[in-house]
Amino acid sequence: MTTDAVSRSSSAGQNASQNEESIVRYTFAERVNHWIGALSYTYLLMTGLAFWSPYLYWLAAVVGGGSAARLWHPWFGLIFSASLFWTFKEWRGDMEIDDADRAWAKAIPDYIKNEDDKLPPVGRFNYGQKLFFWGIFYSVILLLLSGVALWYTETLPWSLRFVRYAAVLIHASVALITIGLFLIHVYMSAVLEEGSFGSMINGYVTRAWAWTFHRTWYYDVIGKPRPRPSLPKQ
Amino acid sequence: MSQAATELIRISGHAGVVPGKGLNREFQVCKLVDTTTCIGCKACEVACLEWNGYTFSETTFDNSYQTMPETAWNYWNLIKFNEHERADGTMMLLMRKDQCMHCADPGCLAACPADAAIVQYANGIVDFQEQNCIGCGYCMTGCPFNIPKFDPPSRKVFKCTLCNDRVSVGLEPACIKACPTGCLHFGTKSEMKELAETRAAQLRTNSGFQDAGVYDPDGVGGTHVIYVLHDAKNPELYGGLPKDPRIPWSVRLWKTPLKWLGNAAIVGGIVGMALHYMRFGLKRVEPIPPDASPNASQNQKQKQNEARRDEGGRV
Repeated sequence: MTTDAVSRSSSAGQNASQNEESIVRYTFAERVNHWIGALSYTYLLMTGLAFWSPYLYWLAAVVGGGSAARLWHPWFGLIFSASLFWTFKEWRGDMEIDDADRAWAKAIPDYIKNEDDKLPPVGRFNYGQKLFFWGIFYSVILLLLSGVALWYTETLPWSLRFVRYAAVLIHASVALITIGLFLIHVYMSAVLEEGSFGSMINGYVTRAWAWTFHRTWYYDVIGKPRPRPSLPKQ
Repeated sequence: MSQAATELIRISGHAGVVPGKGLNREFQVCKLVDTTTCIGCKACEVACLEWNGYTFSETTFDNSYQTMPETAWNYWNLIKFNEHERADGTMMLLMRKDQCMHCADPGCLAACPADAAIVQYANGIVDFQEQNCIGCGYCMTGCPFNIPKFDPPSRKVFKCTLCNDRVSVGLEPACIKACPTGCLHFGTKSEMKELAETRAAQLRTNSGFQDAGVYDPDGVGGTHVIYVLHDAKNPELYGGLPKDPRIPWSVRLWKTPLKWLGNAAIVGGIVGMALHYMRFGLKRVEPIPPDASPNASQNQKQKQNEARRDEGGRV
């Protein structure tokens, strides 16, 4: 595919049809995994918020009642964790934070103002996406550890009650962090950035999309030299 | 309260005062456990099991009178034994009837997320409504006395009801009824407190227990089960009765400041994103310019220069 892309982009100019040409951004496995994670997180969010606030307890009723929510929440937590760890295995190289990201991080105010043309070029994922990924990754480790303590809380002897005390606090605090990350993720990918949502459904983005938002990655894919040759390739 | 329906305030054609008018009835009930007169007979345990319809649980042996280490989901009332050696070398067998303390500020209720799974009545009884319990076990985290116990098959948590079903029809709790020594008393909180203080004073003046006192811990707002202890300064001796029980600070932090901080952050985040969308709109895909090259930078002038250099390099 790369060779083909090179041959098609041999002239420096890009015409309108090339702008609309498709580039694979997410493989089928990546998309399926993403939606397993997304659906399990949605369930975890609904049931978790039900346990979080009496004003949101009705959310548990929507998914089968409080007892069912308590029974299934840990299992969905395992599904979400499995989905995340698979993502980690597949994407850890893409998610490494490098000098290009540090340069990009300095331009975050421009990114917030949607002045993306002022941003340094980035690879497959930008610094914000990497922060999102690592935020979720470390949060899930903490949620998993505290979650197991809450799942089988009755098996903890009284002498280890501090584990319960720590678990309720860690689980709620870290869940809040993931809610913040989740909201930003959904807003940015489903609303803010044109063409992003569809890429997680059908797997494709246009050349113009890739050039606009992930320029280093774009040139990687079409086989031209990377804008910053010093970047370590994972 | 139901008593209001039988309490008269006016009577037609009646000479003289209204009988019972101005009566100030106390609703708060209390169980008094005088550990100094307990003989460890376990009649209260049997009565509790019988009234509540449970059978004996398997016992364990640990070289003492202790039949099991702690209360269980189907064993709500357990005497805790402690063979205590005093400073003068004499031995005391300390016995304390352990059960739910029915705190005025119950940690179980504060921690519970399920609507109406734990209720507190005006008479002070804290009662679990198992039909609403979702089995999360947060009450076990909130309780400073290690009382709520989980039953895995039913996925529900159980504990002493202070015989709410008996008390609500004017009977005393089953354990009280069974006690052969009279170490258990039941009445209003003020009566029991007074009786307990009288007994503690008696122990101090007549029996040589200088530190005798009443256990009614303020940290949980007082309890509706109170103890008379020979040594009120060391309640831990009595099967691990906490000296200053409180709702764990992490539960307090989680249920109040963290909750409001989190709620504010979630709502603030959603509002912030809506404002961002209204102010800055969408991130649009830009068409790739004809002179685009890998080394083009964000600066227009630099971009042109680089494009020129790029072209030159290739040609």
